[in-house]
Amino acid sequence: MRFFVLAAALFAAVAVDAQSDGAQQNRIGRSGTFAVTNARIVPVSGPVIENGTIVISAGKITAVGEGISVPSGAERIDGKGLSVYPGMIDAGTALGLAEVTQGANATMDMTETGTMNANAKAITAVNPHTSHVNVTRVNGITTVMSAPRGGLISGQGTVINLNGATQGDMSVVPEFGLVINFPRIATFGGFGGGGFGGGQAIDFNEAIRRRDNQIDELKKIFRDAQNYARAREAYAKDNSLPYTAVDLRMDAMTPYIRGERPVMLTVERERDIRAAVNFVKEMSLKGIIVGGQEAHLVASELKANDVAVIYTNIYSLPVRPDDPYDFLFGAPGELQRAGVRFAISTGDTGAEVRDLPYHAGLAGAYGLSREEALKSVTLYPAQILGVADKMGSLEVGKMANVVVTDGDLLDPRTNIKHMFINGRLIPLTSRHTDLFDSFKDRK
Amino acid sequence: MRRSFVLFVAIAMLATVPLVVPAQSSETLIRNATVLTASRGTLENTDILIRDGKISRIGRNLSAGSGARVIDATGKFVTPGILDAHSHLMLNAINEGSLSVTSMTRIRDVLNPTDIGVYRALAGGVTGALLLHGSANAIGGQSSSVKFKYGKPVEDFVIAGAPEGIKFAMGENPKRSSQTFTGGQTPRYPRTRMGTLEVMRDAFERARDYRQAWADYRSKKTRVPPRRDIELEPVVEILEGRRIVHAHGYRSDEHLNLLHMAEEFGFKIGTLQHGLEAYKFAPEIAKHGAGVSIFVDSWSYKLEAYDSIPYNAYILWKNGVNVSINSDSNERIRRLNLDAAKVMKYGGVPEQDALKMITLNPAIQMGIGNRTGSIDQGKDADIVIWSEHPFSPYAHAEITMIDGEVYFDRAQDRSRQAELRREREELEKLEVNRAPGSGGTPPRIPAERVEDDLGEHHGEIDGGHR
Repeated sequence: MRFFVLAAALFAAVAVDAQSDGAQQNRIGRSGTFAVTNARIVPVSGPVIENGTIVISAGKITAVGEGISVPSGAERIDGKGLSVYPGMIDAGTALGLAEVTQGANATMDMTETGTMNANAKAITAVNPHTSHVNVTRVNGITTVMSAPRGGLISGQGTVINLNGATQGDMSVVPEFGLVINFPRIATFGGFGGGGFGGGQAIDFNEAIRRRDNQIDELKKIFRDAQNYARAREAYAKDNSLPYTAVDLRMDAMTPYIRGERPVMLTVERERDIRAAVNFVKEMSLKGIIVGGQEAHLVASELKANDVAVIYTNIYSLPVRPDDPYDFLFGAPGELQRAGVRFAISTGDTGAEVRDLPYHAGLAGAYGLSREEALKSVTLYPAQILGVADKMGSLEVGKMANVVVTDGDLLDPRTNIKHMFINGRLIPLTSRHTDLFDSFKDRK
Repeated sequence: MRRSFVLFVAIAMLATVPLVVPAQSSETLIRNATVLTASRGTLENTDILIRDGKISRIGRNLSAGSGARVIDATGKFVTPGILDAHSHLMLNAINEGSLSVTSMTRIRDVLNPTDIGVYRALAGGVTGALLLHGSANAIGGQSSSVKFKYGKPVEDFVIAGAPEGIKFAMGENPKRSSQTFTGGQTPRYPRTRMGTLEVMRDAFERARDYRQAWADYRSKKTRVPPRRDIELEPVVEILEGRRIVHAHGYRSDEHLNLLHMAEEFGFKIGTLQHGLEAYKFAPEIAKHGAGVSIFVDSWSYKLEAYDSIPYNAYILWKNGVNVSINSDSNERIRRLNLDAAKVMKYGGVPEQDALKMITLNPAIQMGIGNRTGSIDQGKDADIVIWSEHPFSPYAHAEITMIDGEVYFDRAQDRSRQAELRREREELEKLEVNRAPGSGGTPPRIPAERVEDDLGEHHGEIDGGHR
């Protein structure tokens, strides 16, 4: 009887929910006070609680542990046989900027034209209603860093929750980091390794010279931005000084040249990562390596300079035929043992971000411990993105980005049973479940 | 000059020569494993005796002759070797894109047995694949079924007696949607889905006439023999049910039209390849009797992939369709076990049926289901030993065998790594391979390797010209 009442109440709540936001492509769920009881709780930041309760209220985690009393009026979710994890975070995506990557250019907002686009901000182009949001989050991913690509300075990434009707609703850190497509030594074609298949292979000396020229160009941009910021600041203090007109591109550089916000250097090879670390050091920046295929070969420099790595190469092939077959699967384990701060990311433009847990799982199959594999997609990305005070683990006071599963979060067989983003209970529907429902019973 | 050329050749060879295949014994006993048979459920604490390349006995407390290789698999999991029913590994060329019907071309002619991708696939528990021509043409080239006998000569790869196959393609790729034409260039026919079907119809009609011409000659109705036509011969074989059609396509309507056309010409389609919307017409596929070979969950990478859903496998399975999960990628082929695991979540395909989608089902689609694809007595000993359940994200393959011979052994791979590292360091010191900054120009990377280079992570999946 009591169960029936509860079920009826839940049904009513769901019905109301459908009414209130049913017309939206990404249903934003509903807030309230929720308690998941009798569950195995994996806080990530501390030991596993075998039989505990987690309470979510007004967007926050308000209690977590054993013997927690459920506040009156809270909606109970029986967690028997279930596990509770923090929502996963993918720190290296372009989610929301690229709906259909091939054959539908109108849906692509990832790459601005030109080489220097510091003022291009992902938060102004992320589509809150992309189906990549609903498809990704129902696999347990609650937050992503989404950033532009291409050119030399691609623009600024943003940290967003995968929920919200507007960009503002989704935003966690609107302008997080500046993406620099770091120049690389390329013996085929030119910048960025493009032009494969055509052109003559060039001498390594020449390739290095070209790469160094591009790094000099980059440094010049940074120095120009420093001078610009000084001139603007000086004028603000003393109007008798010559006025420097606003330059949006330069203006956007200010927090990055001052090390207030990080630069994200997209770079893969050992030799280029070394150059990137030197660049960060010389320009006194806060640096993050994105990609980092061979970062484990540069571990000591990365550690010494506190440069973190957002590793996106679990689903990549080793470059050299004679690299060990598990060279890239094993890289996160190497980074971890060397004490480099790192996170595992899909590096995907959107559609395949939902595979994040399996990237971490594969690293777990090849040398990273299971606990570390889990941290590499929860707490570690939160730390690297500077949001560990808000998310990445189950702790009182943190934003309630919470996932309830029937198994190991990183296991492809595991089902997500419930999820919360910023304390809202999210319907586990997606473009894919909608299409499934439409066709599953067709005779 | 001459010296450096010799060195160059030596280096090129070292880069591609596989790990030494361990000495093989004719008898192997795998002891005390958890065996996922893919046909008869899971057998605990079970031994498998392999003799002369075949699975000789399955049971408890089996004994082997002296000299047999004995593998203690306590705590380990054994599965049949994984088969990929859509791969372009080993291929020095994929698309003959000049004509809309290239049925005369043969994948068999462009196999490269030293492709390092084969070794990486073995390390992911894959023992064989259906190697397909690309999808640039309505009717593409002839396919090849291989086992990954890395280190052996190319003729050992080709599975003797495996049925012949051919690639068809529909949708964006054969109509060359992503191709732009500059002044003076004429677009190739077809440019629409309508035209693609007409190209196929035309080929079938011509093949019928060609067959009739030979029949007339043989029955002495005509006196001059027809000119042999290597374009139409394979199409005749299709009409006669002697060549399996593997038809690339995405949209449900185009694949359904192909089924209808096949029915009209009196033959069956073997597999719908990709079939990202196959779930929309699963009952029709079941009725026709075609198999479907899919990506487990890829979507949105191009417009015709936008309606792909990860529940595709489940809906097809529920309708009784033979489903396989393929990679179409030298990268993805390494983790097909995890792709199969996903269908347990998306809809709830039972474990053994999920495992079948990467073993027995592709074997059936390739026409070799009677000899491989499951752990059954008398079948080829194509076997993988896993560190834990192959659907666990933390599992890795420890040993991969084909016909009872070991082609991947993780322990041996580990033990050779230090040696390989030393070898590489020595080679890097050679004049021809001088380090960056010292003025050497390295030998150019062969073209087919370039796609694996950095920054091209996801470019492989059906990149519009496959």
